[in-house]
Amino acid sequence: MTATSSTGERRPAVAGGAPARARRPRQNFETWSWFFMRVSGLVLVFLALVHFALTHIINDVVETDAAFVAERWDNPLWRLFDWSLLALALLHGLNGVRWSIDDYVRSPAWRAGVKAVVYTGSGILFAYGTFTIVTFA
Amino acid sequence: MDAPETLTVHLRVKRYNPEVDRRPHWQELTVEGLEPTDRVLDVLHRAKWFHDGTLSFRRSCAHGVCGSDAMVVNGANALACQVLLSEVGTDVTVEAIRGLPVIKDLVVDMRPFFAQYRSVLPWLVAGDDPGYRERRQSPEERARFDDTTKCILCAACTTSCPVFWGNSGYVGPAAIVQAHRFLFDSRDEGGADRLDVLNERSGVWRCRTAFNCTNACPRGIKVTSAIQEVKRKIFSDRV
Repeated sequence: MTATSSTGERRPAVAGGAPARARRPRQNFETWSWFFMRVSGLVLVFLALVHFALTHIINDVVETDAAFVAERWDNPLWRLFDWSLLALALLHGLNGVRWSIDDYVRSPAWRAGVKAVVYTGSGILFAYGTFTIVTFA
Repeated sequence: MDAPETLTVHLRVKRYNPEVDRRPHWQELTVEGLEPTDRVLDVLHRAKWFHDGTLSFRRSCAHGVCGSDAMVVNGANALACQVLLSEVGTDVTVEAIRGLPVIKDLVVDMRPFFAQYRSVLPWLVAGDDPGYRERRQSPEERARFDDTTKCILCAACTTSCPVFWGNSGYVGPAAIVQAHRFLFDSRDEGGADRLDVLNERSGVWRCRTAFNCTNACPRGIKVTSAIQEVKRKIFSDRV
């Protein structure tokens, strides 16, 4: 690795002229989780607003029953829409909870325990939601 | 000419001496003879000089440069030497900055803060020997990190951060600001090592963009923005 100064000189990056060490890409799990939060947050704004408009404004909530859901889910694209909302909302929320657990649960044993409960609960919710969306008839 | 208006301040200060007290307690003092243009630091001076000499606080330059009198004034982090009574009124509540161990009253142990500061290698890393010349830099290159050169290490930002309150392992806004100052310096070559430190779990990813740090900075540094720039630098880094 070399750096170029404003005067155009190139110089070795490591003190003493030692060979620059091989660089690996710097991104790690935390980098990608940060990126996921930003992208999923943006997508969720769109998904949640459409969901809200459809189920609370265009249709009256009191008239929302199994028949309404069945009619909507006749179209597989709506199933995909609802599954995306489920998956992104759960993962986005889960990642946020993971960050908060890392911040505020300081005992390693407690942290592992709390994370195990949260991950298991989220996994069950995700599996149950996916099962419902896929098999609803 | 009329005599200047004088104010009487009702001061509430959180007192704590860990060697004697089991827990902190509030002391209330009535401090007279102040003016609207006096600062909270003047109130503390008068309280210490004329009411209770055991009150402890730090101050050195008393003019917003050294950063030694950061404290929580009416609930917000600030330098006591920069807050005028005309801004906060005559009911003034003062306590130590949060998240660092209290040594006595308003004096906190800054060693954890400075350890985090040192962890980001806050100095110019340049392996070449320019000889008896400057390392030259264009005005544009200098402007790239101008904002973060203003930091005075008062810890107002780091101790306003809710993540730091809960997790003292977090490197904190001040250390990231200091890293930013060198990461975006065209003369510096230590970026890889600095980014390695900041890419750890206790590094920039702990930041939740609460913006408390930006509000707290007495120098007006856009702290959260600097942290975002460091995150993006890590994200866009390639071999």
